[in-house]
Amino acid sequence: MVDDDPALSEMLGIVLRGEGLDAVFCADGSKALEEFRLRKPDVVLLDVMLPGLDGISVAQQIRAESGTPIVMLTARSDTVDVVLGLESGADDYVVKPFKPKELVARVRARLRRTDSVTPEVLRIGELLVDVPGHSVTRSGEPVSLTPLEFDLLVALARKPWQVFSREALLEQVWGYQHAADTRLVNVHVQRLRAKIERDPENPRFVLTVRGVGYRAGSADVAETVAPLEAAPVAPVLDGSDPVAPEPPRPGS
Amino acid sequence: MALGTIVVVALSQFVLQDVASGLAEQRRQFALVESQAQVARAQEAFDQASAQDAEAEQLLVDDLLPRLEGSGTTRLREVVLLRASGNQRAATLRETYSESLLPATITPELREAVAADPDRQQSQLLQVRSGSDADDGSPAIAVGSRVVLPLSGEYDLFLVYRLDTEQQNLLVVERAFLLGQLVLVLLVGGIAWLVTRLVVEPVREAAGTAQRLSAGALDERMLERGEDDLALLSRSFNAMADSLQRQIVQLEELSQLQQRFVSDVSHELRTPLTTIRMAADLLHDKRHEFDPDTARSVELLQGQIDRFEALLADLLEVSRFDAGAAELDVEAVDVVAVVRQAVDVCAPLADSRDVGLHTDAPQQPVMGQVDRRRVARVVRNLVSNAVEHAEGSDVTVTVAADAQSVAVGVRDHGVGLDTAELERVFDRFWRADPARARTSGGTGLGLAISLEDARLHGGRIDVWGRPGQGAHFVLTVPRRNGADPGEGPIRVRPDSLGDDHVADGRGGHDHGQGHDQPHAVGHPSSIPVPPPDVLASAPPSPTTEVVR
Repeated sequence: MVDDDPALSEMLGIVLRGEGLDAVFCADGSKALEEFRLRKPDVVLLDVMLPGLDGISVAQQIRAESGTPIVMLTARSDTVDVVLGLESGADDYVVKPFKPKELVARVRARLRRTDSVTPEVLRIGELLVDVPGHSVTRSGEPVSLTPLEFDLLVALARKPWQVFSREALLEQVWGYQHAADTRLVNVHVQRLRAKIERDPENPRFVLTVRGVGYRAGSADVAETVAPLEAAPVAPVLDGSDPVAPEPPRPGS
Repeated sequence: MALGTIVVVALSQFVLQDVASGLAEQRRQFALVESQAQVARAQEAFDQASAQDAEAEQLLVDDLLPRLEGSGTTRLREVVLLRASGNQRAATLRETYSESLLPATITPELREAVAADPDRQQSQLLQVRSGSDADDGSPAIAVGSRVVLPLSGEYDLFLVYRLDTEQQNLLVVERAFLLGQLVLVLLVGGIAWLVTRLVVEPVREAAGTAQRLSAGALDERMLERGEDDLALLSRSFNAMADSLQRQIVQLEELSQLQQRFVSDVSHELRTPLTTIRMAADLLHDKRHEFDPDTARSVELLQGQIDRFEALLADLLEVSRFDAGAAELDVEAVDVVAVVRQAVDVCAPLADSRDVGLHTDAPQQPVMGQVDRRRVARVVRNLVSNAVEHAEGSDVTVTVAADAQSVAVGVRDHGVGLDTAELERVFDRFWRADPARARTSGGTGLGLAISLEDARLHGGRIDVWGRPGQGAHFVLTVPRRNGADPGEGPIRVRPDSLGDDHVADGRGGHDHGQGHDQPHAVGHPSSIPVPPPDVLASAPPSPTTEVVR
């Protein structure tokens, strides 16, 4: 928890402890990375306005070496601030003043991992997604994704025939029950594309469907999914198989 | 240029006339002097003659007259001899004309003049016609004098001097003048062009610069050259532009400072508020462990923190509009879906008030280029506002679209609004009836924000209301961002009301009975004055928006 306000930090600590979560605190942005390396947290709560180094830079530093989920705490919901935060690597954000339940829900959503034990490999063209192994390879080369980007890709790749609206992705990947900021989806699709696409301007794996949302692969790629699944290296199950259901959602 | 031409032509005509009359006068003087000599010569010849009879006298005259015409081959003048009107002598002479003259050459006026004053020379400027052709004439001066013949008595001798030479001179002068005129006109044109270049061009440049300045290019300046009046104009103009730019930049800085301040204050306020919020929530969750008074206090605390938060959020939104920092995040969305979602959010509130909430929308999606968040917020604000004031009656939300725009109507049948209230319904922090119990946690900014949201879309909110009959708010936004929304598919006046209520006289197309304050609707020019029958509508006790 990186925040310079001691009262807020202490209160957050009380709330999180009440939820059975352990929190460590850091009040200085310039010391955040050091603390992060030392403590190896499961999730980072990051205030945008910090002494030393601002939250956006801290997010960039952490993201440069780890995919650990980052939730930004911001007092400003203005476009620039939020988008800057998301583009610098934050997975989600909460606007002050937030309700404790809201924050806990966001933290839980980031902590939740698709811990499927069933072997499952998804394929979009030359992109292979090993779901239990949390790894992605493009033409055999590993691609490093954050857990959130991985979840986003898995959600799309499991149902390549389906167009996902931004709202559906917010619910499925971010765990939002009600309408939320669709910019979350836009920014993270951009970040995902930057990592997996050869030409992010001309995406082939994550396609935009104008006015609706996103879907995996192009039509011809989707065609090839079925035969490929029949002869994989590892045992492959169809993405829509009910043995790999969405885990229950945290929060209320 | 035209004026210059006229002046040149008039002036040269005047000079030409002067020259012509001068020439004629000169010739006349000459003619008079000459005539006197000739007539004296003739009279002398007559006096010395000793003709015995009329025939001899006729011979004398016939011999004399050709000599009067001139010496040698040059004929200087022509001669006419006519019998004076009062001559009673028996002896008569032939009336004689030089052969090139017609009898009509000597006018009766001249003859009368000679008759009236025979002792002096009489002269007249006249046209000599040598043929029968009436147009064919040349100017001449005729000088008439009386001569007395020994036998035949008084005869009038007229000497006619042709002005052909003068005429030709005049022609030459005229031609010279014509050429002069042409040169002058060209000169005037040239000067006019030069003046245009020197004076009008800088003025045009000033106009262009002023236009660019007003279009926002604050760095535009005029070129300052020379020391003349135009340079003074340029300098004054640039000084004005400098001063304007300074003030605008100053205002901009001030506005940015203000905006920055509000933003900073928000951050500073929000952090402690978050702590308070969490502490209150913690207490609220445990309120059943407290004694009743403490538990109730915690509930009140919780409620007021909600209100505080809502107020802060709305204030920030308003300050964003005021700073012009509000930005439209436009995408093509199904407006019906957005409206249904927003109405669903209000369902718990409607349930708690026992208000039926109905949505009347097309089955198929209605796509529009709108800001989803803002449209949803407007609908939420309008619906919860309607629910607050429905007093248990149903609230109907209508969605309709035409080619140009999409509209959302929210109709309740509650307390309604009167004309005065209609005018203030979008005012910030305004409440229809301060005496009425404040049941909602509204901030008093919801409708003001809704109106700003509508205007940001280039749309508007029309409102109709009448006491006891409820109110109707209609949001109309263009389907294409930036386009004109037009009349809109939903009329703000409910159709169920008879024609007698249609009072705004717009060809039966009754429209927004809004309010005439400038910020009331998107198109102030289209706001009709509220007709007297429109009396009431819902007071603004809006919802707050918490969704980001």
